Amino acid sequence: MTTDQSSQGIQTGQRYTLERDQQHSDRWVLNFGPQHPATHTTLRLVLTLEGERIVDCIPDIGYLHSGFEKMGEVHDINQYVTVTDRMNYLSPVMNNLVWHHAWEKLIGIELTPRCKVIRTIIGELARIQDHVLSAGASALDLGAFTPFLYLFEDREVIYDLLEEISGARYMNSYTRLGGLKADITPEWPAHVKAFLKRMPRTLADCEALLLRNRIFIERLRGIGYISRQDAVNWSWSGPIARASGVVRDLRKDEPYLCFEPNWDGRGSSPVDFKVPVSDMGDCYARFVIRLEEIRQSLHIIEQLIDNIPPGPVNVSPDEKLLLPDKTEVWGSIEGLIHHFELVMWNRGWELPVGEAYGTVESPNGELGFYIVSSGGRSAYRARLRPPSFINYQVFGDLVRGHQISDVVAVLGSLNIIAAELDR
Amino acid sequence: MPDGAPTEQRVPGGMVTTRPPFYTGRMSELLLALRNPAAWARRWSIWPLPFATACCGIEVMALGASRYDIGRFGAEAMRFSPRQADLLICAGRVAIKMMPVLQQIYRQMTEPKWVMSMGACASTGGEFNVYATVQGVDQFLPVDVYVPGCPPRPEQLLEGLMLIQRLIDEGKARPSYERAKGMRLRVRQPEKITTLEDVTNTTNAALKRQQL
Amino acid sequence: MAEPGTSADPGPKFGTPGPIGSGGARGISVPADQPYGSWHPAAKALQERFGSEWISPFPLVVNRAGPTDQVCVRVPPDRLLEVMRFLHDDARCRFDLLADLTCVDYLYFPNATDRYGVTYTLASTSLRHRIWIKCFVNDPEPVVPSVTSIWKGANWQEREVWDMFGVRFEGHPDLRRILLWEGFGSYPLRKDYPVQGLGERASYEVLGPESA
Repeated sequence: MTTDQSSQGIQTGQRYTLERDQQHSDRWVLNFGPQHPATHTTLRLVLTLEGERIVDCIPDIGYLHSGFEKMGEVHDINQYVTVTDRMNYLSPVMNNLVWHHAWEKLIGIELTPRCKVIRTIIGELARIQDHVLSAGASALDLGAFTPFLYLFEDREVIYDLLEEISGARYMNSYTRLGGLKADITPEWPAHVKAFLKRMPRTLADCEALLLRNRIFIERLRGIGYISRQDAVNWSWSGPIARASGVVRDLRKDEPYLCFEPNWDGRGSSPVDFKVPVSDMGDCYARFVIRLEEIRQSLHIIEQLIDNIPPGPVNVSPDEKLLLPDKTEVWGSIEGLIHHFELVMWNRGWELPVGEAYGTVESPNGELGFYIVSSGGRSAYRARLRPPSFINYQVFGDLVRGHQISDVVAVLGSLNIIAAELDR
Repeated sequence: MPDGAPTEQRVPGGMVTTRPPFYTGRMSELLLALRNPAAWARRWSIWPLPFATACCGIEVMALGASRYDIGRFGAEAMRFSPRQADLLICAGRVAIKMMPVLQQIYRQMTEPKWVMSMGACASTGGEFNVYATVQGVDQFLPVDVYVPGCPPRPEQLLEGLMLIQRLIDEGKARPSYERAKGMRLRVRQPEKITTLEDVTNTTNAALKRQQL
Repeated sequence: MAEPGTSADPGPKFGTPGPIGSGGARGISVPADQPYGSWHPAAKALQERFGSEWISPFPLVVNRAGPTDQVCVRVPPDRLLEVMRFLHDDARCRFDLLADLTCVDYLYFPNATDRYGVTYTLASTSLRHRIWIKCFVNDPEPVVPSVTSIWKGANWQEREVWDMFGVRFEGHPDLRRILLWEGFGSYPLRKDYPVQGLGERASYEVLGPESA
């Protein structure tokens, strides 16, 4: 099998067997996945190897394609939020945020300040969740089991926090159009503050275990390098792009929620945080940037958790976007009418006809929804802009020339979530 | 008796049969070890193969982590090679493209083997009633335990594991060719499995023939 | 003055300045006195370069607050590559990031004239603005030139559009199905394809009793 043939791509009919190539006596093809502990669920790589060195690598995906975008055309706006949980399943709340953010952008509504603060806090908790598992799993793939267990306990604490406010430990579906499913409990800020005290200790432990460990450094330094121009040209975004020197964070460049100035109408300044950027461009930089972003997220939550503004968490029922409080439904005629206007099958939302693109800075990169609305209860087209899919395209170029065990390192550093990849 | 037989009791309306819980303490443990040492050894060393495709895989990882420790059951050795595993946990939705892979993994497992269908997607297709998702892996694999949930909490998964243990105690470790008798749908095994493409090709051919 | 944060408070005015076309912030407030899009540096540059007859920017949606600042320009397929190259290279545009490449099937959309709208979301890392480009094609043979020569990140996204909609991209180095297998036969995200499919998920070959 010559290089030309393999670079044309795989057809599913081709056979990859151990053949002796006349020119390159050590060249052979290895099928990596789709069931493999290091492929982070269902990815498949067809590697052309010369001994241990990778000559070519062709990713084959689609093993988890579940028709998410088709489901967006069938489900209601508030029903589909449960489906968005299952996309980037390391940080489900972030997907809920971006789904309703895109709809709120389409409709043109402004959330209440309390809602914005709570959404920002849980968005940062979701970012911590994602980075914790991504860093833990990539360390696990390289053989470091202990930091994975330490970090997972923190993930469990975040599950407890989100369970307290949303009712579900993992697939929260917490946001609704114009607000949230339910307000936070009075004890929640205290619990979050306890978590804020606990997390830096775990981070310090993990950094001490890993970042100065010679084996870890040798496995990640210089592996999977991509330059800044290439990263932008391949549409990279998120911490992996920032590791290559692309100074772009949507929380600063296209701010939303509490990251924009005057988010509460009373002149509040945006949340203060730093964006870690590196120019190394390799796996080690991506790992370090993820850990540093956890620290910055903790700092953001710290600023907000004591200053949650009082008031309603949902927009006014007069906007006719979400169900009013039950006391009003049963107590006043306006509440009853608002309830019926939304719930009856031939009524519902009065949505504009048009399209919008709403995006947030997810832990994986620029996560966005391009929604087309034809005025009905569900989207006409709900397109998820999947950071994992777009970041994964260049994988073949990243590992070419490296050795086979570097595939695991690079795959872990890119944080490819198969559900977002295949949708 | 700590490890008693089912007791029957007359109540208004009829007879009520009470079965003791399947694990009742040290006495039953000792008796099981003496009566059926193979079952005792098997139930305390079930090595799972987490066939984690999606979100349920994260709950399997949570089960392996320190809070809901699966190591208490001797099952922390998650082996990703089918030759080394006993229990295939189908965690997550299975796309049609992935189904032949799952079957090949199951075929490669050595006897005795059990299958746990974890979550709504593996059991019935879950919320993915779409063109690309298999509506329940039990059409293609003999499933022993279904664990409902989306995703199931780790405690539910442990209950599923305990049900597998109960199956082992009650002597239901029959070989899979016996259990598969009467199953309606099966994919033909190619004559020579050397590559994944053989399986994919036969599936593709079957799909082409039967496309409506 | 209503209490801020209560339901009587109308909230901050829509249109506090933000980057043009941003997917995050409220965006800029669209000036009502100028023709739409003339305040967008890239749209203005496009009009100056290609003429105003066929470059007419329109907002993606007009909602209760007026037209949004997400500017869209419709480009016919034969002029697409030169427009894209201009948007990539010109100093007023500098769209070095192809944020999104997708397609919308306007078959059942009210008042739609063409069927497939291939939509490009372009962003600039230096000038921090965004623009949307739509290229409409129709059956029986929807063909659009590929932009992989300008942005390499269009590679898999175009493959996905081919897989899901059947829109062919001329000049793509490797156009084949990416999420579904080659024998699938249909383009699922088209509006005339049902959600539950045409039987692909159930048509596995049924055989006699065999070892599972």
